[in-house]
Amino acid sequence: MTISLILFYLLAATAIGSALLIVSLKNLVRSIFLFFVTLFSLAGLYVFALADFIAITQVIVYVGGVLVLMLFAFMLSNRVLLNDVKQGFKGMFALPKWQGLLISLAIFFLLLFIATSFSEQEPQWIMRARAGQTLILPSDNTIHHLGINLMTRYILPFEVISVFLMMTLIGAAHLARKEEQKV
Amino acid sequence: MVLVGIELMINAAILNFVAFGRYDKTLYGGQSFALFAIVLAAAAVAVALAIVLNVYKHYKSIDPNDINDLKD
Repeated sequence: MTISLILFYLLAATAIGSALLIVSLKNLVRSIFLFFVTLFSLAGLYVFALADFIAITQVIVYVGGVLVLMLFAFMLSNRVLLNDVKQGFKGMFALPKWQGLLISLAIFFLLLFIATSFSEQEPQWIMRARAGQTLILPSDNTIHHLGINLMTRYILPFEVISVFLMMTLIGAAHLARKEEQKV
Repeated sequence: MVLVGIELMINAAILNFVAFGRYDKTLYGGQSFALFAIVLAAAAVAVALAIVLNVYKHYKSIDPNDINDLKD
């Protein structure tokens, strides 16, 4: 129990630390490569939440697809950004900073409020699940149930998302090719 | 840069889905919708990167502060 707890906190600290570094680093390439670290530690956290299939999907889709796509785009598009990004708003009291600060503070206090009320009393459905012993256990075969649920109960979102994925594929190809014809 | 931020936020939402999906054994709502969210994020990144390449060809820059007209 203790070693898994240590591992959990290690993964969580890695995820949070690398995420903070991503948004604070000025070098774009470094932050993209740090995003690898964040995604891997998030996959580890999914394993701790007993969602092994989600973790594998995370590694395949994000690390294998999204990040490589991002790296391709940034390598193809800009030699300037391989150097340091120039700072946008220098002033401390620029208007966009105030807006961002306001929104993030509001969301932070909302989260704080929810966390305190959550520790006072858990929501009804969590207590029901705990009473009815319907937690997901480490010995369960989640992929089996996930596949069955995906094909029966969630068939409509599944189909919608497949059509949506095809639409985005065609759209991305169209966007990328139209420019070649123009040039 | 903006894209990485969006991806971080989507990942945080997925982490919430997965963590609370643990209490939902009969329906697997959290894990199923985490899968859907991952697919949506991937699709969004694909389209956004096509747009980024187009914008770069047009403006020779991908800094959002440099892009300041709607029509060419």
